[in-house]
Amino acid sequence: MSLGADLIRFTASETAAAISAGEVSAVEVAQAHLDRIAAVDGRVHAFLHVDTEGALEAAAAVDASRAAGERLSPLAGVPLALKDVLTQRGIPTTCGSRILEGWRPPYDSTVTARLKAAGVVILGKTNMDEFAMGSSTEHSAYGPTHNPWDLDRIPGGSGGGSAAALAAFEAPLAIGTDTGGSIRQPAAVTGTVGVKPTYGGVSRFGLVALASSLDQAGPCARTVLDTALLHATIAGHDPLDSTSADVPVPDVVAAALRADVRGMRIGVVKELSGEGYQAGVRQRFDESVAILTELGAEVVEVACPNFPYALAAYYLILPSEASSNLAKFDGVRFGLRVGEDDGSPSIEQVMGRTRAAGFGPEVIRRIMLGTYALSSGYYDAYYGQAQKVRTLIARDFAAAFEKVDVLISPTAPTTAFKLGEKLDDPVAMYLNDIATIPANLAGTPGMSLPVGLAPEDGLPVGLQIMAPAMADDRLYNVGAALEAALLRQWGHPILQEAPSL
Amino acid sequence: MSITTPEAVLTYDEVMANFDPVLGLEVHVELGTNTKMFCGCPTEFGADPNTQVCPTCLGLPGSLPVVNAVAVESAIRIGLALNCSIAEWCRFARKNYFYPDMPKNFQTSQYDEPICFEGYLDVEVETDEGMRTFRVEIERAHMEEDTGKTSHQGGATGRIHGADYSLVDYNRAGIPLIEIVTKPVAGTGKYAPQVAKAYVAALRELLRGLGVSDVKMEQGSLRCDANISLRRSPSDPLGTRTETKNVNSLRSVERAIRYEMTRQAAVLQSGAKVTQETRHWHEDTGVTTSGREKSDAEDYRYFPEPDLVPIAPSREWVEELRAALPENPAVRRARVQSSWGISDFDMAAVVNSGALDLVEATVAEGADQAAARKWWLSELARTANERGVELIDLPITPADVARVEALVVAGTLNDKIARQVIEGVLAGEGSPDDVVAGRGLGVVSDDGPLLAAIDEALAASPDVAEKIRSGKVAAAGAIVGAVMKSTRGQADAGRVRALLLERLGVAE
Repeated sequence: MSLGADLIRFTASETAAAISAGEVSAVEVAQAHLDRIAAVDGRVHAFLHVDTEGALEAAAAVDASRAAGERLSPLAGVPLALKDVLTQRGIPTTCGSRILEGWRPPYDSTVTARLKAAGVVILGKTNMDEFAMGSSTEHSAYGPTHNPWDLDRIPGGSGGGSAAALAAFEAPLAIGTDTGGSIRQPAAVTGTVGVKPTYGGVSRFGLVALASSLDQAGPCARTVLDTALLHATIAGHDPLDSTSADVPVPDVVAAALRADVRGMRIGVVKELSGEGYQAGVRQRFDESVAILTELGAEVVEVACPNFPYALAAYYLILPSEASSNLAKFDGVRFGLRVGEDDGSPSIEQVMGRTRAAGFGPEVIRRIMLGTYALSSGYYDAYYGQAQKVRTLIARDFAAAFEKVDVLISPTAPTTAFKLGEKLDDPVAMYLNDIATIPANLAGTPGMSLPVGLAPEDGLPVGLQIMAPAMADDRLYNVGAALEAALLRQWGHPILQEAPSL
Repeated sequence: MSITTPEAVLTYDEVMANFDPVLGLEVHVELGTNTKMFCGCPTEFGADPNTQVCPTCLGLPGSLPVVNAVAVESAIRIGLALNCSIAEWCRFARKNYFYPDMPKNFQTSQYDEPICFEGYLDVEVETDEGMRTFRVEIERAHMEEDTGKTSHQGGATGRIHGADYSLVDYNRAGIPLIEIVTKPVAGTGKYAPQVAKAYVAALRELLRGLGVSDVKMEQGSLRCDANISLRRSPSDPLGTRTETKNVNSLRSVERAIRYEMTRQAAVLQSGAKVTQETRHWHEDTGVTTSGREKSDAEDYRYFPEPDLVPIAPSREWVEELRAALPENPAVRRARVQSSWGISDFDMAAVVNSGALDLVEATVAEGADQAAARKWWLSELARTANERGVELIDLPITPADVARVEALVVAGTLNDKIARQVIEGVLAGEGSPDDVVAGRGLGVVSDDGPLLAAIDEALAASPDVAEKIRSGKVAAAGAIVGAVMKSTRGQADAGRVRALLLERLGVAE
């Protein structure tokens, strides 16, 4: 194995194997990625904070363990980019918001703790739409992230920083969080892989909540196997999260290695196709359907009649929960405090000034929406009704999974759009997540993986796979099978076609 | 609207001649769990500010709650003891409002799905016609978390308005609370204040018996909000209510309600309307003052807490808890009263002063029930009242009291000296025997010195001596008194009298 710039192109599993075999040190791997970040992140802006010292220390600890003859865990020494919505002790955590500028959490999220325990080297915190509200990372208070495929385009959101870090070879692994598609849609538009696990599959402790009943942290990588290895590292029951599922983690790594769809029944969601989807997205999706059939799966169309109501229900439930979750940002105990010295303000005035100055327009919009939807006299018509729709969507999934093993759809209606293009039209922005939101409402898992470039713009297209709750392994089995077939067809990973930056 | 001295306007009899009161009582009980409702922080009272906190009870970004199983068990046991139904499935809800002592700016509470609902507590009150039982119906008992404690610095009132700055202590934030809410209590007539007091006393006794809380009103582990409204006639719809807070003792419950009834009656009699508001009770001045106005329009935007899963106590568990409940206080009272053979009135006095456990324990230590009652309800009740504490908080145990009484029975102490021994124990001088030894107390039981004192007294009052000799035995009291005085009370008066009569050759 050669050293230098090539280190950043290896997959996580290759990197871990090389470190374990002593072909390369974890410190060399970390340094190579830190050098890459230094070289390209000025243009990509995937990171909000790079923890050079901490990363090198963690890498040195892995090298020391190996030197001491200790058995390394499967991802020991592999660098990772952590979305800035998860706490890491002593490291700035902003959630892309001014209101948390300078806050250094006194504790690790469970995801962070599990990564550290596995010897994963955390390079830094990645950019995101403020409090994960957005589909383009343009709502970050610290400026947008740029898509490595075309720096004038969005990297998706809210986890645009994590996806861009992978696509720009700044890290082989990343953690995202997905409330309505924030892992899967960025994966789709950057040509990377991302999985939203089953709700409750990965602990939310230390994940700064957007919408508690929808949020789910998950793995992001450049290959299905790497994603599975990361999934296995962070998943599993956590007594600190009451909504965490106390059941065995599906064997996602074995499923990724199996990669065999023969005899499987795969459903194409009727409501997530046709009009509203870009031609190149449809074309690559249809080709994937053909490949899956060739691989021995039976592909049928399945109706999910309530999916068209998912977006509306989502935009009532999410703002309602967010309006309450974000109430704690008041300038009293942590983060920004504004207007304290201006006259002799009351606590209400300081809270109001802090929130007005600290929150961006999209956050304020959703807090107002949610406050309204929960108000007495409107609760039943909005929040209550949305919960009923949520139940109907879960029933659509349940009925579909009676007939098929997994469902598939395009991940996003279009390829990456231009920065600024949809910033002034919230509803157009919200429509990016039309195919990903149903899984969040139902708590079921979903994966996006790259299935080619749209002929009209040469930009990546993502395919979404959805499975029943706690059957995350099926995503990996189907995803790995399709990925292998596409690799054979292309002769190289899709990111090799991205500009070199 | 501010009427400062409603008593001057209306007497209580006039209030009752014109109005019918309806009560509603909300009692918050801090559970005595070792850890908080949703995190592992300790709950000890009196620690340095902000030393018993963690990311969860500080509401730091990313933190999550986990329900304290012991708190759920306590809630169910309280519900069962109050004859409530226990929900088969219930959830927590968020009550959203901004206040700096609430770390998350919402309180995790229960809303339309309380864990306990539809119960009752029977309380006994002395009426003109003797003891009468009033049934107080319980609407619900639900779980929630306490807030932090704000203290407003500077300014005249100690309240937030006018303060220079405020300090917040989050040690209390997240302590488990059970809120017990009654249905409107009507039909009490003029006994409304006594019924309220008896309810809080009975509830406190029940909670203490369950061992779920230390129920100390003055430390805030049991807090009572009293809702009161008046209407012209029992057949009228409910009048506008006020909610009186800061009612921190049993005595205050009765006084505050009585005051508030009188105040509202004065307002209504003047033709004005009662404002729906929160009022604060002032123990020192005996009045309530207006707090914030509280309209029904206040919107807490309740919704089910998405960070917690529903609670579904199994029926088997609930029945196990029911079977293991301690003896029902009413049943226990009846049993104790019958075994002691005392009147309803005497029994109520024991219960209402919160002395039942103490008297029973003193009897168990060997004291006679009458003597045990006497000590706890007179000497010790007076001291507790002077110190502004509960009987149970006095630094004396039932065993101490029983020992003092045993010394009295043995003739080692007389009543007066026994009181001095009690005083010594309360002053921290050790056990009753330590105090007797330390202070050199004890009855002079050697007849020699007593006879000398008697002779001295007789010599000093020859006329009295003659009267007694001539058969006027009643005159003996003067000599006994003189002997008691000369022995500084350390004599057994009965023995002195017997020796005196024997000396003078007079029969009783």
